[in-house]
Amino acid sequence: MKKIKNQLKRRSFIKVAGLGLATTALTGFPNILKAANKPIKVGVTTILSGRVAILGQTVLSGLKVAVNEINDAGGIDGRKIEVVSRDSKAKPDEAARLTRELVNNEGCDVLLNCEASGATFAVNEVARDIKKFCIHCISETSSLTADPKNRVPWVFRAARQGIHDAVGGGIFASEVAKNNNLKKFATCAPDYAYGRANTAEFMEYLKLFSPGIDITTQTWPKIFQPDYTENITALLNAKPDALYTCLWGGDLVAFIDQASLYGLFDQFQSFAVNLGDLPILTAIKKIPKDVYGGARYHKDIPDTQENENWYKKYMAGSDVLPTNWSWEADTGMRFLIDALKKTGGDTDPMKLAKATAGNTIKSPFGVDGTMTIRGEDHTLVNYVIAYGKTITKDPYLANIKQSEWKDIYTHEKDWKKRNKYI
Amino acid sequence: MFDIDALMNCFGMASCAVNQLTSGLIIGMLLFLVASGLTLIFGVLNVINFAHGTFYMIGAYFAFSAYLLTESYLLSAFVGALGAGIFGIFFERVLISKVYNQDILMQLLVCYAFILITDDLVKLIWGTDYIAMGIPDEFRLAPFRIFGGYVPPLYAFLILLSLVIGIAIIFLISKTRFGSIVRAAAENAPMVSALGIRVPLYFALLFGLGCALAGVAGALAAPVRSLTPGMGFGILIESFIVTVIGGMGSIPGALVAAIILGLTRSIGSVGFPLFVDGLMFLIMALVLIFKPTGLFVKGSSK
Repeated sequence: MKKIKNQLKRRSFIKVAGLGLATTALTGFPNILKAANKPIKVGVTTILSGRVAILGQTVLSGLKVAVNEINDAGGIDGRKIEVVSRDSKAKPDEAARLTRELVNNEGCDVLLNCEASGATFAVNEVARDIKKFCIHCISETSSLTADPKNRVPWVFRAARQGIHDAVGGGIFASEVAKNNNLKKFATCAPDYAYGRANTAEFMEYLKLFSPGIDITTQTWPKIFQPDYTENITALLNAKPDALYTCLWGGDLVAFIDQASLYGLFDQFQSFAVNLGDLPILTAIKKIPKDVYGGARYHKDIPDTQENENWYKKYMAGSDVLPTNWSWEADTGMRFLIDALKKTGGDTDPMKLAKATAGNTIKSPFGVDGTMTIRGEDHTLVNYVIAYGKTITKDPYLANIKQSEWKDIYTHEKDWKKRNKYI
Repeated sequence: MFDIDALMNCFGMASCAVNQLTSGLIIGMLLFLVASGLTLIFGVLNVINFAHGTFYMIGAYFAFSAYLLTESYLLSAFVGALGAGIFGIFFERVLISKVYNQDILMQLLVCYAFILITDDLVKLIWGTDYIAMGIPDEFRLAPFRIFGGYVPPLYAFLILLSLVIGIAIIFLISKTRFGSIVRAAAENAPMVSALGIRVPLYFALLFGLGCALAGVAGALAAPVRSLTPGMGFGILIESFIVTVIGGMGSIPGALVAAIILGLTRSIGSVGFPLFVDGLMFLIMALVLIFKPTGLFVKGSSK
């Protein structure tokens, strides 16, 4: 009898427990708990399909590093950070629509925009319109934050900026040019806004620092062009002393493989600003020696324990090597988290903006272990800008030389004045 | 915009002329392989295969995996062609054959769906990273020097191989029993099937052959072109231009048109770098105005 009673008890217990578990699984935690620990939803639109799907994939893995850290540490006053991501397919109108949807339907409190430049400008205006705090993590177009017309009081950028790279790269290349007596430069860049602006900015600063330099040939392949043969032979015909290219991603991989067939890298010096990203360096089967590559993200640049640790954490949650986009997304998230800590989890755009403008955080990607979002123009500074020289074995990039930020600040100011931004 | 001096200079120098002419040929010949498949399918089945670029991608990815296993470039090119061919037959039987007689918009939609699904499958299987197969060791040689110009051995080989494949296809269609049957079926399918020939089987095989041509191009180019999901799109547009210029359904037309495009790009990169694409489309527009059927097709268009 006793036994049967016990059995009954156990059965009903199992029933009740099962029911309870099912309810919890369906509805999440009970509502009372939910109110106090409601997660802070961060809306992210990025590119998850098509030819640059690697952008979105490595963005999300980068975000995960920062999010896991804060959530494992208990969140912000007990509230977890939750990323809600959407695929814009690199289309500006889609990015704008999805951004509104993330706020209106998904209830996102803040935005991290992880789009290329075209879509970023669209999202910038949406954030202005719906008045949500937003950090742009990918777009490098200088005017996004430099031009006061584009600036929004509650929107910031945590990414590289074209003008910073141009000054840093220009100074570096002009020193190489002086030492090796390089006078005639050729350029090869993708034929769209980024390729043209980047090439123009780089050459402008190179000429400024080494006045004797001439551009003798410029060739403009289409973006995502499968074949660069005609561009490569045009470069060979021109016989320049050096080449500058801002091709990126799979296009750069294809260009280097095809140019190697022609022995192009044996014939003149080459500078490739977007070469120093790990998936690119590892995709090229036989990387040519002594090509100057800009560092995008590299586990050894800066060569610190913090960077090494970050790399390990990233790789624990990703099957693709980190890109430049990964550290930028991670950085955007860290600035957001820091601001949320200061407001106690309040997502009011003006309060978050106040906490972000001029804020400095610790970061493995900063030149002295810190990075700042400048108050005056809402953009990231003090991140590592560096060039190295390729070697044929891992880590593929050596002789790293970092740019000095004091030089960059001076020239950036002149540039802003010239463009009547200040 | 037009740099006539640079152009004259280039053709005054043997090295530059050799460089640009051979680079025009290599671009043209690989394009020809893709476009010949497209034009073949159109010529017989009267279907515009908007998903043709996808088979180029499938060929490249299959070849990449085969190369990892076998380390043989030629074998992996064969696997790429075979993989694309089998996928093509599957696509024809399961999807495209259902919309043969439907509105062209319906065909376009089916193809577009197939493109999106395949791109995502590639992403799931091979990932989103940039993949490069790398140049096979046997072709990792210093370029040939001809009159001071550079010709990489791999490219010389590819030009010859594409030409051989092209001639073989023309032979297959014009001289063999298979060719006679598909040509007859293209003219009058009910009549051919009345003779006891399984027309759908031949149509599927032909569709597969067309896709295999795109696949072999992707596979052969895999060592030098980076592999990414969605890589078939760019080549599709150029293939359409080739087909329009050469004439829908004409393989010799595709060959000539592909070489014209290749040379336009290679000469253009010296003489008018900012108007290369413009000129390609201009040629296409002129052909459409003055000979709407294309250079190599007689009479009125279908």
